[in-house]
Amino acid sequence: MKKVELINVSKSYDKQVDVISNINVTIEPGEFFVLVGPSGCGKSTMLRMIAGLEEITGGTLKIGEQIANNLSPDKRDLSMVFQNYALYPHLTVQQNITFGLDVKRMKKDEQKRKAAEVASMLGLTDYLARKPRELSGGQRQRVALARAIVSETPICLMDEPLSNLDAKLRAHMRSEIRRIQRTLGITMIYVTHDQVEAMTMGDRIMILHEGKIQQIGKPIDIYNHPANPFVATFIGSPPMNLAKAVLDETTEELVVENELRIPVPGMERSKLPSHGMTVGIRPESILPLTPEQTGGVKLEVTTTNVEVLGNETIFSFHVGTEEWMAKWSGQWHIGIGEQLPVWLEFDSLSIFDGEEGHLIKKTVDQSHHVVQQEVVE
Amino acid sequence: MNTTGSLWKRSVNGRTALLYLLPSIILFSVFVFYPMFRTIYLSFFLTDQAGNAAINVGFENYQYLLGSSEFQNSMKATILFVLYTVPIGIILALFFALLANEKLKGIGFFRTMYSSTMGVSVAASSVIWLFMFNPSIGMFNRLLQTVGLPQIQWLLDPEWALLSVSMSTIWMNVGFSFLILLGGLQNIDEHLYESSRIDGAGYFYRLRRITLPMLSPTLFFIITISLINAFQTFGQIDILTKGGPSQSTNLIVYSIYREAFVNYQFGTASAQAVILFVIILIVTILQFKLGERKVHYQ
Repeated sequence: MKKVELINVSKSYDKQVDVISNINVTIEPGEFFVLVGPSGCGKSTMLRMIAGLEEITGGTLKIGEQIANNLSPDKRDLSMVFQNYALYPHLTVQQNITFGLDVKRMKKDEQKRKAAEVASMLGLTDYLARKPRELSGGQRQRVALARAIVSETPICLMDEPLSNLDAKLRAHMRSEIRRIQRTLGITMIYVTHDQVEAMTMGDRIMILHEGKIQQIGKPIDIYNHPANPFVATFIGSPPMNLAKAVLDETTEELVVENELRIPVPGMERSKLPSHGMTVGIRPESILPLTPEQTGGVKLEVTTTNVEVLGNETIFSFHVGTEEWMAKWSGQWHIGIGEQLPVWLEFDSLSIFDGEEGHLIKKTVDQSHHVVQQEVVE
Repeated sequence: MNTTGSLWKRSVNGRTALLYLLPSIILFSVFVFYPMFRTIYLSFFLTDQAGNAAINVGFENYQYLLGSSEFQNSMKATILFVLYTVPIGIILALFFALLANEKLKGIGFFRTMYSSTMGVSVAASSVIWLFMFNPSIGMFNRLLQTVGLPQIQWLLDPEWALLSVSMSTIWMNVGFSFLILLGGLQNIDEHLYESSRIDGAGYFYRLRRITLPMLSPTLFFIITISLINAFQTFGQIDILTKGGPSQSTNLIVYSIYREAFVNYQFGTASAQAVILFVIILIVTILQFKLGERKVHYQ
């Protein structure tokens, strides 16, 4: 277990524009840290810089207490799982797993023992004598995982390891990787473009966009309080609904797309700027109108698309020029083009600055807690 | 139902396939199969000057060849020539390919240079080598002179002639082998090297455990091709030495040519050709049997 610290790290090719800039983050020992972002945001490059496969052109990388900028990859005490697994096609599963141990001149018996141990942990015992081409995608993935684990390094890097698997296997491997990481207590740095993986696996996640950090934090905090509109739309499916809004000083109302008027409570009033804003609302915060609801804003919408997913129903409608989506739990019989009354609250809005994009107003915590109750006779 | 009709129907796939294959069957028949069977046929005959079969002599041509010291000498020269050129040529090409596969500035220039010998015809490069080997005005003897070493009669000394021809042949063939091997090297997944670097493998460890095994199909191909090419060498012999001095570079294909088109002995020439064919066949089969076990196909 070692921490990894990046201080002002940047990367440029041929001394041109920085593809990654101003990265400041400390990854704690034993943490499962996820780097997530759209393709081309520099997340893989960052991982490769930590691994020592790419040169760091600015800033400091510390592994443990040691400055690691110029250490060769093998001196950094880490293991890495590649997206295409990078298994040696000419070696058997056993030889693939022990490759790194053989490099370090470990005794053959010891190598065998360790390989057997890791193989049984990952259910590979029956395949040790096979070549990678005789394995299925999921099994290859496990071999790649086994190779990383067997080295017993305190840090493990993974570069989109699950992207070549089908959806079902991916869900299974997600929990398996998480379990292994917890049992061994490895510091894990995990790159993915899949926000579901990021949300479900990470202790903390870092969202990167165009080489810059957008937000670092616990998955649920990022979901509830996205730092800017990019994060708001990147995390969550369907994404957060966004629209331009201005404050009407006379009526003390937030005017969204010249259409929707939301009254602003007195104490919130002073926090809002006089210039343009972007408001965001999660699809699940747009609720069906029921008689007992009081307060909030009623809105009559015309549906443009409806998807029923079994346990939830997603429909979209226009607010001004923006298309918004709402997610209601349960099955709803809604036709396309139907008029529908919906309801939303000021509390569930996220408001971002219209120019700089930073978060002005958070949503109010609406999470549920399970309270343990004892039944007393 | 009549049987021929059903056979006609059942063979419809086969007939379609045959139709598609027809162009190459015709080409191969005219240029490969007919000459091959004609050669085998002629090897059992004595021929007239025009190359027509005259007297059937059975296996006498073969008996004569196997007893002939000239043919044995020719075989010996050929085998020596193969041993001189193939291993050194491939090791050299592999060395250059490994160098040229490094990511360095201006490496494209070296890649072009190393493969450039492929673009020069055997005849043209032989003429250039002929000049370089020239005992009085040639570059090699000048070099020896400046270093103070005794002069060598490169192509005129029976001790040296085969070596000299081998040298020029290696130079001519290295371009092709280099290009094929470089292609093989570039096909190896970069991630394998990255993964091994994280494990801490050094250059030679990577060479031994990743590069060579991953390159083995390419190596196997180039060894097979080089062996066959070496057995069939003709052009440089014809231009550099004409089989001399004292038969020391009379490689088998050159000997076939002499027998057929200088001595007009088409029968024995054909018999030599058949023997060469059998030898190449055996070598190739042996190579496939022994070598393929060590080859890792993806």
